[in-house]
Amino acid sequence: MTAQTPPPPMSLLAELTHRCPLQCPYCSNPVALDPRAGELTADIWKRVFDEAAALGVLQVHFSGGEPMARPDLPELVAHASSLGLYTNLITSGVLMDKAALDALVAAGLDHVQLSFQDIDPESAEHIGGMKGAQSRKLRAADLMMADGIPLTLNFVIHRANAGRVPAMLAYAERLGVARVEIAHTQYYGWGLRNRAALLPTRVQLETVTREVEAARARLGHRLAIDYVTPDYYADQPKPCMGGWGRRFVNISPVGRVLPCHAAETIPNVAFPDIRDASLADIWNYAPLFTMFRGTAWMPEPCAGCALKEVDWGGCRCQALALAGDASATDPICARSPRHRDIGLILDDLPAEVPPFVYRRYGSAR
Amino acid sequence: MSAEGDILRFARGYRLQHDCVRTQWVIQAPEKAFVADPIAGEVLQLVDGQRSVGTIIDLLAEKFTAPRGVIAGDVLALVSDLTDRRVLVP
Ligand SMILES: C[S@@+](CC[C@H](N)C(=O)[O-])C[C@H]1O[C@@H](n2cnc3c(N)ncnc32)[C@H](O)[C@@H]1O
Ligand code: SF4
Ligand code: SF4
Repeated sequence: MTAQTPPPPMSLLAELTHRCPLQCPYCSNPVALDPRAGELTADIWKRVFDEAAALGVLQVHFSGGEPMARPDLPELVAHASSLGLYTNLITSGVLMDKAALDALVAAGLDHVQLSFQDIDPESAEHIGGMKGAQSRKLRAADLMMADGIPLTLNFVIHRANAGRVPAMLAYAERLGVARVEIAHTQYYGWGLRNRAALLPTRVQLETVTREVEAARARLGHRLAIDYVTPDYYADQPKPCMGGWGRRFVNISPVGRVLPCHAAETIPNVAFPDIRDASLADIWNYAPLFTMFRGTAWMPEPCAGCALKEVDWGGCRCQALALAGDASATDPICARSPRHRDIGLILDDLPAEVPPFVYRRYGSAR
Repeated sequence: MSAEGDILRFARGYRLQHDCVRTQWVIQAPEKAFVADPIAGEVLQLVDGQRSVGTIIDLLAEKFTAPRGVIAGDVLALVSDLTDRRVLVP
């Protein structure tokens, strides 16, 4: 490794498709979804995994859309697995059955993250926009527990389900999983459109935080609770993706190589295509990756801040969405001149919660 | 707290792996790979679901010609921590 090339990525997020049977109003996937016709073939994905392993990637996260909508998923898992890559499936579970699970386990799948829209079936199916989804997810969870494959549950939290976190944790405990994620919604992609319906109140946030802390104290190592706090109520941003172009690389269904899965919103820059260049060349040299890597790009107040290598200036996509400038300090930061805009958004939370705006059916097909 | 008689293996979903690009040992785990320092790497390479912790201590004491008591302290602390965190299981 020469002085000029950055450390290689640790993880690859492989977004196999944007197609999905659900229509979560919080979905962080882009407003304009990639069409099925342009999706990378299995052969290209395999080449990508070969290159990723050689470059230093250790884990592949299969996501989407619904990755199980691709019939070649077991073949892709088997290939990644044969390269020593740790294989993680991020799924809604609605397409999981015994045969599909057996094929994935035989392919060497290491871990599954299964998402739920809520614990109350009626609310869950209202949020996800799919009838019968909840019972399929519960069955998927039972199948995986019976198999013994390591399973993490994921609950995305917002105004409509924040009151049921204790019931979500009780379900995780009853099921006997080792890990559960209680992740407050991040406002990107489609989810940003539904922000007014999704943002929790401060009281909701404080209650959830207390409930999570109490459950952690009670359960200890029996159930690891990964708690993701909501940015809008914070004064310090998260180190988004562990820093731009430092740890993660994301490949979209049609082969665009991105530093995070929301990065297609960044204006005035070319999105590198994995069909045109090697993963290493893109990671090391593509302007999309170098433009916000490290600290040289930072404006004040980040440039002179002692925390700049702690949070890397926060999230570029959030700076773009909230301050209209991807190279601004993330307005979540109390030091940002735009921080008070966040307070205004929270002050303006409607007393009457607006209805969810769903993706048009078939827009991903 | 682990004892010398315990026989441990990696839980499903966890494994020790050599990261050839960064020349270091890592513990592959759900959603994250943890760096294992060189000492942990030496210990965990010997964890195979067959050897007892005591045997692992013997092998390392011999390999590094170090006092057995010192090695035993390090190994027991490491495997106890990883057992608490369910990375290693009986
Ligand atoms: C985009 S989804 C794709 C995989 C699959 N369709 C699913 O939902 O599980 C990847 C993960 O991100 C979570 N997620 C989606 N939108 C989110 C948001 N706005 N904030 C936080 N997590 C989100 C999902 O719950 C899931 O765990
Ligand atoms: S978050 Fe919901 S809508 Fe988005 S990809 Fe996952 S299941 Fe589909
Ligand atoms: S000023 Fe920049 S570097 Fe400092 S805490 Fe805020 S976002 Fe982070």
